[in-house]
Amino acid sequence: MGSYILRRLALVPLLVWGAVTVLFVVFFVMPGDPVQQLVGERAVPETVRANIEARYGLDRPVWVQYGRYWRQLATGDLGESYQNRREVSSIVADTGAASLRLATWAVLIEVVVGITTGVVSAVRRYSFVDALTTVSTTMLVAVPVFVLGYLFQYAFGVFTFQNDLPEWLRFPVQGIGPDSWTLFFLPTNGQWRYLVLPAFALASVSTALVARMMRSTMLEVLRADYMRTAMAKGLSERQVVLRHGLRNAMIPVVTLIGLDLGILIGSAVLTETVFNWPGMGTAIFAAILTQDAPVVLGLVLVLVVAYIFINLLVDLSYGLFDPRIRYGDEGAR
Amino acid sequence: MATGTRATSRVPASGVTPVGAVSTGIGVALGSRRAPRGDVWRRFRRNKLAMAGLAVVTVLVLAALLAPVLSPFDPNAIDTNASRQPPGAEHWFGTDLLGRDLFTRVLYGAQTSLQVGVFAVVIATSIGLVAGAVAGYYGGKADTLIMRVTDVFLAFPYLLLAIAVIVAIGRSKGTVIVVIGFLGWMAVARLFRSRVLSVKEVEYVEAARAAGCSDLRIITRHILPNAIQPVIVYATVLVGTAVLAEAALSFLGAGIVEPTAAWGLMVADGRRFLFTSPHMLFFPGAAIFVTVMAFVFVGDGLRDALDPKLR
Repeated sequence: MGSYILRRLALVPLLVWGAVTVLFVVFFVMPGDPVQQLVGERAVPETVRANIEARYGLDRPVWVQYGRYWRQLATGDLGESYQNRREVSSIVADTGAASLRLATWAVLIEVVVGITTGVVSAVRRYSFVDALTTVSTTMLVAVPVFVLGYLFQYAFGVFTFQNDLPEWLRFPVQGIGPDSWTLFFLPTNGQWRYLVLPAFALASVSTALVARMMRSTMLEVLRADYMRTAMAKGLSERQVVLRHGLRNAMIPVVTLIGLDLGILIGSAVLTETVFNWPGMGTAIFAAILTQDAPVVLGLVLVLVVAYIFINLLVDLSYGLFDPRIRYGDEGAR
Repeated sequence: MATGTRATSRVPASGVTPVGAVSTGIGVALGSRRAPRGDVWRRFRRNKLAMAGLAVVTVLVLAALLAPVLSPFDPNAIDTNASRQPPGAEHWFGTDLLGRDLFTRVLYGAQTSLQVGVFAVVIATSIGLVAGAVAGYYGGKADTLIMRVTDVFLAFPYLLLAIAVIVAIGRSKGTVIVVIGFLGWMAVARLFRSRVLSVKEVEYVEAARAAGCSDLRIITRHILPNAIQPVIVYATVLVGTAVLAEAALSFLGAGIVEPTAAWGLMVADGRRFLFTSPHMLFFPGAAIFVTVMAFVFVGDGLRDALDPKLR
């Protein structure tokens, strides 16, 4: 167990180094003229160019710039905006919490709704619920999350208003509203009305994937010998499914949830943009529109590193679900 | 109660699935004979969803190729008198803010999407095949190195990296194709490597080696045809994924540039008018959905047709 955790931990610096280096290469070495981006569309006089290059160290050799980039990152300096000189770290401080809250709720929905529908669908195979699950999960995977977001907005923010449907079907579709929370992520003061639509939109694709995976692994587990044994010793179907089935069927699902976080982070950028949710994704979108490369790269770096650490936690959590996994064994990889 | 009757003795797969190996799980049997082409088509034809998907893909390709013939409008003709008209007899899908005919732009959007989808997948598949073949055939250090690089690439959120690269080097259709292609090869490499590993131990490969064939010839003539099937299936679905990625990037302003018609751009264009002109958003949105769905169905159908044992 110890050696697996050590090996897995050793991978983290490698991945972080890879992320920083890839973004450095993208930003500093690839074609594209940072000075021109900084100045905008105007022509750049030679003296101005030289000044700018000196200020940002662009006239130095690549490896010197690379070292400098690392030193900056080490002091928490993620770069500053071309547009308004605002520091990327302060953008992260302002928007990080909103992103984290939305993403947390999306993952909760993904886990609860995905696993429940998957289990129900497997246990009641070929029932109406199962058919509905199969059709909707197949379709959801092909709907772009931003189109789904606007569908939600149209259904609950336009259609229900235009047709005078009851109050509880009408939802605000833009922004975060009162931005009022307790215990960091529990919505208060009607905050939930602003949270529901973006959270479900963001969770949609992942929920579908989890439900499908849960259904197929559960179907496999239901055929196992120990399930028959559990039935034979007189446990109720409910107990058999939840105690013996669910835990064994969870392992691939946990793997999927971990893998899927990468997609979820990408979807979060789109979802936040669609709902104008003031998180890091909306900040990235704003920076793309103004061609503000340092802000985009700084925010992307933060999200990538966050993703690397979350994935580490997911990988280390397998042992909780399956006691057969001994991290030292070769089979664990 | 139903659970008890279904108890055949199959133990669930234990252990952790390696990252990215949520594979299609195709063709595990060593040296299984390839199904004759006619059989594949016969089985594919029986699958209604797959045939529907194939029909949609055919329609899309025709729409993309024949866009100038199918529509009397110029996709870029601006007519400010006809701004944001609802769908009707003249403009089937309505018009956008600049009065451009949306039906025409959706057709031309199919051109853009299919170009990006197909070329990106060609890039991704080529890189993946080479990497997978080298790793699987030679093994040892080359294998370790290539698989580590694959791990590192898989450890990044795909869309974010694409955004970063495109913002840094500037957006254009070419950039989008290359970026999506370069970020999509990892799963192909893994899939092909695992197939090469099993196929290279088969007698006819040994025979070819004994007959003095070069490595290149063994890989391309003897291993490739017997190991490529799962890659073909994956590549089909990957076209849909690439279309989705392009739409997302264009929507965010990090993809195709106006005035080129792209579905993602049209959705972004329509977002401000959701209340008054929802058609501006829903037609291109539906086009993305239908396209991705079609490629998924064709991929699933191919998988089942190529390996009937899995059904």
